[in-house]
Amino acid sequence: MTIDVLLFYAFATMAIGSALLLVSIRNTARALFLLFIVLFAMAGLYLFALADFIAITQILVYVGGVLILLIFAFMLSNKELLHDLQRVSHRFIMIPRWQALLLSAAFLSIMLYSFLSWSKSMPEWIETAQMNGTVISPADNNIQALGFRFMTQYVLPFEIISIFLMMALIGAAHISRKEQNA
Amino acid sequence: MISITHFLVVSAIIFCIGLYAVLAKRNAIMILVGIELMINAAILNFVAFSRYDKINYGGQVFALFAIVLAAAAVAVGLAIILNVYKYYKTIDPSNINELRD
Repeated sequence: MTIDVLLFYAFATMAIGSALLLVSIRNTARALFLLFIVLFAMAGLYLFALADFIAITQILVYVGGVLILLIFAFMLSNKELLHDLQRVSHRFIMIPRWQALLLSAAFLSIMLYSFLSWSKSMPEWIETAQMNGTVISPADNNIQALGFRFMTQYVLPFEIISIFLMMALIGAAHISRKEQNA
Repeated sequence: MISITHFLVVSAIIFCIGLYAVLAKRNAIMILVGIELMINAAILNFVAFSRYDKINYGGQVFALFAIVLAAAAVAVGLAIILNVYKYYKTIDPSNINELRD
């Protein structure tokens, strides 16, 4: 077992373990800080798929933007919310929320079964890519290639997504303003 | 070189944890966190398949698009949650059962 496989397992264990802790913990503030760890570990996993730019963007956008926004929203709606969260529903006596647990476990087993049965034969395009050697290698300059693709092949989706992001942010600011100014 | 099945299994587990959070949590912010986990699992799949697509870089490009979409979704969702909290004084989705202005 080489060092990269070991590191991959370490990152995967960190992501899965803190995600499990995130959904099982009752304190929302701690759950949000555990999301930090999950997102960092996912960024590490992206590095193992040789997507360095995606990993950096994940850290910048998610950890720097989305998570700060979530913590802001949590702290802005704080006081009665904390009391609401402490109330535990006693409807299900033995296992709390067993329907959701059952549903997600069933979904997980279906996905794992299909992945493991599928992994014996790769799809055709992956096999041709491996034969032709058009596989991203660690020595490639991913950021340059991505920049060229964004400005040539994917320029229309790029522009649409930028307009969409601006619209969404203006809409969010408009929704969340004070009512008196409306 | 880590095989693609490893990535798929990890992303399936993360996706199902997010699904559990969406289904079981009684707090709109935690539901949003569950949706984020599911989007992250999808991005991991994009990125893992993109390693075999050197010509188009389709997976990585659309992983970036998915990150931007998730950021927009979180911004709008949080604005809606704050408004709902101002109106109902709770963000438990099962208590929010009337639609009027």
